[in-house]
Order: sequence, then structure tokens, then C-alpha cells
Amino acid sequence: MNAAFQRLLTALQRPESMATLTDTEWDALLRHSRSASLLSRLALAARDCRGWDALPPRVRQHMRAATFVAERQIRAVRWEVHKLHEALQHLDIPIVLLKGAAYVMDDLPPAHGRLFGDIDLLVPRTHLGEVEMRLRLHGWHGTHHDAYDQRYYRNWMHEIPPITHITRGSTLDVHHNILPLTARLKPQASDLFTALHPIPGYRNLYRLGDADLILHSATHLFHEGEWAHGLRDLVDLDALLRRFAVEPGFTQKLYTRANTLDLLKPLQYALHCTQALLNTPLNELGLITSNKPRLHTLTQQLFMHGFASAHPDLNAPGARLALFALYLRSHWLRMPPHLLLPHLLHKALARPKVAKA
Amino acid sequence: MIRDVTRIRDLSDQELTHRLAQGLDLETGPFVFHIQSRESAVFNGIRRIYADFPVSTEAVRDFHVRVRRPTNLRRWYHPQVVFEHDRQSPFKPLPANHAFASLEWGMNWCIAGYAHQYLTLHAAVLERNGRAVMLPGEPGAGKSTLTAALSLSGWRLLTDETALVDLDTGELWPMARPINLKNNSIDIIQAFAHDAVFGDKAFDTHKGTVAHLKPSQETVLRMHEPCRIGWVIFPRWQADSPARLTRRPRADTFVFAAENSFNYSILGETGFRTLEGLIRAADCYDFQYSHLDEALSTFESLSA
Repeated sequence: MNAAFQRLLTALQRPESMATLTDTEWDALLRHSRSASLLSRLALAARDCRGWDALPPRVRQHMRAATFVAERQIRAVRWEVHKLHEALQHLDIPIVLLKGAAYVMDDLPPAHGRLFGDIDLLVPRTHLGEVEMRLRLHGWHGTHHDAYDQRYYRNWMHEIPPITHITRGSTLDVHHNILPLTARLKPQASDLFTALHPIPGYRNLYRLGDADLILHSATHLFHEGEWAHGLRDLVDLDALLRRFAVEPGFTQKLYTRANTLDLLKPLQYALHCTQALLNTPLNELGLITSNKPRLHTLTQQLFMHGFASAHPDLNAPGARLALFALYLRSHWLRMPPHLLLPHLLHKALARPKVAKA
Repeated sequence: MIRDVTRIRDLSDQELTHRLAQGLDLETGPFVFHIQSRESAVFNGIRRIYADFPVSTEAVRDFHVRVRRPTNLRRWYHPQVVFEHDRQSPFKPLPANHAFASLEWGMNWCIAGYAHQYLTLHAAVLERNGRAVMLPGEPGAGKSTLTAALSLSGWRLLTDETALVDLDTGELWPMARPINLKNNSIDIIQAFAHDAVFGDKAFDTHKGTVAHLKPSQETVLRMHEPCRIGWVIFPRWQADSPARLTRRPRADTFVFAAENSFNYSILGETGFRTLEGLIRAADCYDFQYSHLDEALSTFESLSA
């Protein structure tokens, strides 16, 4: 792990340590944390620990700017969810907000200073058609018209092709499960619907249960291969674990849920990596990892490269190869070889432009 | 106390080349750009247009930018350059002789994209006798031509491109950068002021031919001096029209300015308050003109 990456991790763990950084270190940390979508997070942490006045003036300016962007994104998510509810409130099914949108709407710790991508939701697979139609009537339309893309999503994936609102330009990812149908691990979506938490003030909006929130975040991070946001997602996990692990009996509940949903492996990765990189207190949670074989050293090193991939300065030697291996790994976990090989060939040959983008 | 400032003109050609290869820390108003490039067009532009600007000695820089040759086959028959901000390229590569223009556009892109510690508006700003005039830009309205002429006639240029409004005090901060002139405007200003200093022209860009006008020494020396708003004026060049100022409603001006802001919606309530304070303190006009001389005397009488 290089020194710049270590400094970013230290700032995330102990914001008060930011007061001791030199200007030269700040010049780098500003860029690295911005690339990792974590500058606004550091800004809030600096205010909370009363370290704000000790920051160099130029750093305070950038943090102030980043805070405005984060606040704006939270407003945008709230508005988008409001419009989404307008479109779907008359359906007698639960509409489950996932990840960022869930954190914002239930005001959970990862929401603070977080930057967002698309809005993700989960609905029962049996009602997908109805949900899609309602959303279309309210202005969300598909962008993936290619027949191959349609088949890829509809037959194999855990979501329909992304849909974009024609006037607001916002993108929705509508899921019916949290892992592809073809994936190695087989969580049953019906299990997720048994432990939902209502979002206050909305008729049929929910988030996943406390344990499931952690399991989904871990599954997304370690099995879907979006490593550009890897560190931010790990920071989410750290915040969720710190928030829920203090509740009595939570460890047992989390372990049981992980077994039920076939997600013990991503949970172990999550506990291992949050502890290693962000010093997340494990307490009883340690039991979940302790009686299992330790995380394979090679896998562990690949993950470290993944978390450091947000900015070229953070990379350790061998990063390119490691990222390629992570890319292959995410596909390997996504599909069995007889589907994967034709799919990768299609991506490489049939659509060179898309594959490059 | 006077800081011991090194300016671009104090550097020898060799030193400037060396600094540009390693990264030159250029101070322009409130921002420090760390600029890396081996392109001769960038060297020439900085040498001529930024001669009076200070070299920053601060360790924290705002933006790390680079203009470099992409490693593609074209470099052998049709060399290109690409602008990078912190190792990311927001734009497609451009022909190599547009390197300086590409740097200027890239620097503006950085400010529009990240400087949300200000309310940023697409407008030119100049100052006379302690009051600022803001000229919002409708493309083709002749904003840059008028801005250049004013800046060569006793008005202090704060910015030609992006107005920076302080979120706490409502004052306008100088960006102190060259004026980007296009097509006929270049000839008009060259005829208007024979001693005006221009950078090399870049032909056939997406905006036609562009050239950059060197800002006055006063603009550079007072780059840390903000100014209160006096007027918001919407210029429009109209063939054969006499110079004419007409009142424009503040509400209408507010809406136009909000729509021409880079970050009004990002700033939310703070953006609303800041813009409201700015427009309330300004006299707002539409301004039609056909002759620069008439336009200048109209502005002269305003500021008297």
C-alpha cells in the first residue's frame, strides 16, 4: 500500500488527524479523495471533529464546494424518489429502495456527504411488467435497444436495462434480485421481501432490513466489480456496521441472514476489508470470520488494488494486471463459463466501441 | 509588506520550458493552476499572454492540468493534443496548434465544474471607480468585443468568461485571465487598439478562429481585489443602431442570470440568496449599439 493511499485511509478513520497534514500532503489528498468521491465526506468529518479551522484555506474552499455538491445530490435523490413514488404508489407491491437512495430516505449514516450515481430499486419479479409500464407512463424510457442487450438483461441479469427520464435525465436501475440469475451465489429475492423497513411518509416505499442492507452492500461491492467506487462503497459498509453492530443480538442476526441468503462469503470479505482498511470495530462480528479459513492472500491483494484504483497516484505496482483480474473475476462470479465466454467475445468483437467506452 | 513575487516575465526561456515540463504554478485571481505541457503553443501563449502573472509558491494548488500528445497513431501525420485535469480528459483531442486555446478552455472548465465556493455566472465583469459592471453573455451578442474595448479604455477587467460571486459578501472576484476573441472581433480590436497584445491565432476551432488578448498590467496587479456590483448590462450589437440603454426589470434579469449560471442549482438556497442580493444591488439595462466609440462613451457617462 503506498503512502498516499494510507493517508486517505487515515483521514477517513481519524478525521482529527487531518489537522497535522502538511500542505504538500493536502495537495495530493484533495485530488485523491475527490477521485474516490470522498472529498465531501472528509469535509463533513472535518466539521464534525472541529478540525475545520485548522485546514489550509485553499482546502477549505474545495471542501465547501464539495459539500454543496453533496447536499445538492441529496436534494436530487429526495425529489427523484418523490416522483418515483408518484408513479408507483397505486401498485399494491412493496417498492424497495436500494443503496444510496435507501440511506438518504431513511437518513442512515452512509448518506452523510455521500455522492450518488443512479437510483436503484427492487420490486417483485412477478410485477416487473406493471412497474415498467407505470414508469414509462411517467417519463422513464429505456436506452438499451440493442437486441443482444435486451436478451442479456432480461434472461440473465437481476435488473432490467437502465431507464432514463426524458426531461430530468435521471437514471433508474430496476432490480428484481440483488445478484444476476446466472451468478454462483443464489440469494432468493423472496427472502429479502420478508424483512423490509417502511420509509416514513410514503405508502409503499421500503428499504431492506438492517442486516440485509449490509449484505447487499457487501454483495454489490465484492461481486459486481465496480471498483472505481470501491472505496466509497467500503466507507458505506463501515458506516452501516458501526451503526447497527452496537444493537444487542445483531451479530447473530447478521450471521443467520447471511446463511439464509447464501451471502456468507461477501459478508466475510466485507468484515475483513473494513477492519483492515478502516479499522471498523468487529467486537462480536469477529466470530463470523474467525471460524472460517482466512481470506486467500491473492484475493486480498486483488481487493487492495481495487480499493486503490480511484486515482493513478494510489496504485501500487501490478495494479493494471490486478484490475484486469478483478474484471475477469466479476464476470466469472456473474455467469457460468458456457455463457461467459460467448458474452465476453461479443463485448470484445461485436461492439468494439461500447467495450472501449 | 510586499511579497517577493516571481512573475512569468522574470523566467528565462529555459526556466519556463523546464517549469512547464515539471509543472508551472500559475496564479490567476483566487486560483492556482499547476500546468504541465511540452507544447510550443502553450509555451508561447504563457510567455506572451501571462507575462505579468505571478508564479505561485503555495504547496496546495487548485487544479492540476496538463496538455499533452495522446499516444495514438495520428501523432505521425496529424498531431493532436489532449487536455487533462488530474489525469482525466474531459474533452476529445484537438489539433496540436490549438494547444493554448485548449488549455484556456480547460481552465474555464475546471472553474465551472468545481469552484462552487462561488456563485459562477457566464458573464464578463469590468470595474471603474470601485463599481463593477456585469455583462451576461448571449452568444453572438458582441460581449467579448465590448469587454475587450472597455478593458483597453480605462476599465479594469475582472473576467471575460466567468463571474465569481462571493457567497458571503456578494462581491465579485477577479478571475484575471485573457479575453478570448473570435473571428471578426479579433480584427475589430486590433484596429481599435494597435498596441493590444494578442497570442497566436488558432484557426478552424469549433468556435472558428480564436485569439487571446493579454490582460492589462492593472488587471493582473489587482487580481486579489474584489468589487461591488453597480450595473448588469445586456449588450447587443445591432447594425446601424444608435447606442441606447433601456431599463430591464430586475426579475427578468434574475431569471436570465440564474439560467446562465454554472452552479445556481448546485448551491440551492445559498445560490438563490446570493443572486438575489447581487441583482437587487444592481441597475439593470439592455444596451444596443453599433459603434464601439459610442458604446464606450455611454459606459463612460454611466461610471461618471
